[in-house]
Amino acid sequence: MATISPVLPKLVGQRTKRREDPRLIQGRGTYVDDVALVGMQHLAFKRSDVAHGHIRSIDTSAAKAMEGVEAVYTGAEIAEFLAPMPIGTPFPSPDHRAVAVDTVRYGGEPVAVVVAVDRYVARDAADAIVVSYDTLPAVVDLELAMTGKPTVIHPAFPNNLAVALVPSGTGVSASGTVDDTAIDAAFAKAEVVISQRMMNQRLAPSAMEGRGVVAHFEPGKEKMTIWSSTQNPHILKSFIAAMTGLGQDQVRAIAPEVGGGFGAKINIYGEEYVAAAISKRLGIPVKWVEDRSESFVATTHGRDILGYIDLAAKRDGTVLGLKMRLIADIGAYNMLLTAAIPTLTMLMANGTYNIPAIRTTLTEVFTNKTPTDAYRGAGRPEATYFVERAMDMLAHELKMDPAELRRKNFIQPKQFPFATQMGAVYDSGDYEKALDLALKTAKWEQLKAERDAARAQGRLVGLGLAMYVEVCGLGPSSSLPTGGWEHSQVTIERDGRISATTGASPHGQGNETTFAQMLADQFGVPIESITILHGDTGVVKQGIGTFGSRSQAVGGTALHLAGGKVKTKMAKFAAALLEAHEDDLVFENGMIGVKGSPASGKSFASVAAFAYVPVPLPEGLEPGLSDEAFFEPANNTYPFGCHISMIEIDRQTGEPTLLRLIAVDDAGNLINPMIVEGQIHGGLAQGIGQAMIEEVVYSEDGQLLTGSFMDYAIPRAIDFPRFELEATVTPTPVNPLGAKGVGEAGTLGSTPSVVAAVVDALSEFGVKHIDMMLRPEKLWRLIQTGQGRQGGRS
Amino acid sequence: MARISITVNQKVRTGNVDPRLLLVHFLREQLRLTGTHIGCDTTQCGACTVLVDGRSAKSCTLFAVQADGSTVTTIEGLAPEGGLHPLQEGFWEEHGLQCGYCTPGMIMAAVTLLQDNPTPSEREIREGISGNFCRCTGYQHIVNAIQHAARKG
Repeated sequence: MATISPVLPKLVGQRTKRREDPRLIQGRGTYVDDVALVGMQHLAFKRSDVAHGHIRSIDTSAAKAMEGVEAVYTGAEIAEFLAPMPIGTPFPSPDHRAVAVDTVRYGGEPVAVVVAVDRYVARDAADAIVVSYDTLPAVVDLELAMTGKPTVIHPAFPNNLAVALVPSGTGVSASGTVDDTAIDAAFAKAEVVISQRMMNQRLAPSAMEGRGVVAHFEPGKEKMTIWSSTQNPHILKSFIAAMTGLGQDQVRAIAPEVGGGFGAKINIYGEEYVAAAISKRLGIPVKWVEDRSESFVATTHGRDILGYIDLAAKRDGTVLGLKMRLIADIGAYNMLLTAAIPTLTMLMANGTYNIPAIRTTLTEVFTNKTPTDAYRGAGRPEATYFVERAMDMLAHELKMDPAELRRKNFIQPKQFPFATQMGAVYDSGDYEKALDLALKTAKWEQLKAERDAARAQGRLVGLGLAMYVEVCGLGPSSSLPTGGWEHSQVTIERDGRISATTGASPHGQGNETTFAQMLADQFGVPIESITILHGDTGVVKQGIGTFGSRSQAVGGTALHLAGGKVKTKMAKFAAALLEAHEDDLVFENGMIGVKGSPASGKSFASVAAFAYVPVPLPEGLEPGLSDEAFFEPANNTYPFGCHISMIEIDRQTGEPTLLRLIAVDDAGNLINPMIVEGQIHGGLAQGIGQAMIEEVVYSEDGQLLTGSFMDYAIPRAIDFPRFELEATVTPTPVNPLGAKGVGEAGTLGSTPSVVAAVVDALSEFGVKHIDMMLRPEKLWRLIQTGQGRQGGRS
Repeated sequence: MARISITVNQKVRTGNVDPRLLLVHFLREQLRLTGTHIGCDTTQCGACTVLVDGRSAKSCTLFAVQADGSTVTTIEGLAPEGGLHPLQEGFWEEHGLQCGYCTPGMIMAAVTLLQDNPTPSEREIREGISGNFCRCTGYQHIVNAIQHAARKG
């Protein structure tokens, strides 16, 4: 008689404690800088200290003479064995070398690299390299750059236009022909037009672990192993293979523990190519680990998009049309996805609203700054910010409650799937429900009364509200040059334990837990018997990676499908053992048995053992229990929500304090609400950080002024109140889990809601818009001038 | 080179070190105690926080020679073998970490915070850990984790 197993609770939807944590809270994780190999040498890069200039000479003799220095390479020498940097978008791109050959185009661009016995010697040697430059004028203002003055950074790109002008939206055909009839008619009918220039400023992603790489080419095996702090080891593998002349079968890429990414570790960087190329050339393992000062110049920045926004409406609040002219400052070069990021801003111009006519245009501009690329939200926070600020200004103009103006213009639940003016097809949504829950949670009317009472006492208190919708679960392969699928292989081991690989590459998202929760339920086994494997292309056969809030919606679905295939096969083995029909079997509590009589079943482990020693082999089956799935989503997912802020500004100092932050987010079905809350909290912190304290600033000659944590303010614990979270659940039809994705959501609504609250708090001074970030000095000036400035430049 | 002797996680460790060697590099590279991390070079982020003579200190801002003769506790030595410190339990229970990079330093900073103030208010916790950056969590679950440990304390 079978033993009676304990009843296992269903785990999907539970706040299961993370399985990653025991190693991380005890200091037993292995991050890239913890990797140490015998004979490993260390790299240090000599970086340009001018923003723009021709390299007149490089003297490496002193560096080469130092004890412990293995080799020194200038950019010209590196170029002899390393091709120009590839990019991942179809946009035209200037020649970009991992180490500059004759011209530097941003401060911090590498000009030489040292290989030495340890990091101290490597740094000393890099400092001993003497470079002289013929300094060229630098251009840092994106609108000035578009005039070609004072300099053209890449001769093949006149007026510094990386992308001259791409139109999109109503009246723009797939082939690019433009018909202005509808958008012109919308503005001709308008009873009120809001026009505002808004800057969505440049940010430094600032993962707490900087980037790092260990490259180990083994000449005897002709194999490269590369450890990197990356979000997508499989993409890294492909690019490293191409750049080192190896086949993809000869490269193994490993993302060990990764200490945060936030989009900036999607890109494959020059340091990774250089490390791999040097390891191959010298036949030794080499390590490079970025320090924080380097990170501020060497890791891609985010945002930096200027918007000229025009919103046309009737006086009853009906929005008729939207024009969005976008100019993106992409820095000195195109990186992997650089040129594509601002196109996501265009794609999401509809927001949550049924706007009958929209026209966006996008121009991308080179400047003498660190290149931009993805940063949490990547194009969608910018779209949300522009649309939501404009909606707020419209509400103010019409003296309407900002919530009611939005309600009047929402895309309605019965309209889904909703084809937007921008070519997106929103999968599902109920925006009014999210708004209503946010208003209820915040006690909106009471909050307004509190604000008014505070104002009556002379205090500067304001409220802000923002809706958002985000494109997530990236995405169909038609929208991603890497392919948009995800992969998983699920194996029932011979002892009945389960190992499952995923091409998602978590770096804090907790997929070792959420994916194990899913499999535990699918197979009716204890979560302790499951191991989720990720981040190693030697173990995980195929994958894309973790970005664009895709790991659950796409990676989780691949896992679910692979699990389903294995389960079907396992049921056939169990059916043979039990002399039952496979359709009558249930997997629960570690047993596989006939529905209704679980005690007669076989243990999960015994069926697994039988599958590997199948005597007799059931007809039509191969031995073993392992199968894989690629999941290609038919569409993206579109999570949404509503964020509400309450701010008080000190009238004497201009210092803003965030008093309340209410967030209602709808990410579809949730696997682990605790992990989802953590994702939202982190996103809120970054979104609020953008609004209030974060900004990358350059001097007029292109020197980075915010090059350390002393000058670039990332939020601290003291900067936040306790966030108040609620959720609505609108499943997506795009995948069988109904999960939409949540990694970036927090950065979407929080930023415009905080800015709206500050503008509201300063309304007595006639302030209608303020560019971020909202530093006290800027607010203090607005209070002092008493008038405020519309669209004052920061 | 300077000869130093530091008691690290209750073991006496000696070494000949370059006077400019940072304590964090001595711990990480000579002793292979890689649980202590490095997140900046300006003493802002606190990822490298350890206990020096029982008080939290940023080990990227001390030379190894400055710690000569002292007692150092790293995350690896915080709890008795096989067990968890109440703060480690709190971080696990309350989802106080995501990528885990800031976590060892955050925990070591919180050790001193709770030593000095066993029943801190939320405000006091937020002030007490403001020398430690976390880019993942938005801090709320870290606050909960420290409150959890304080209740257990």
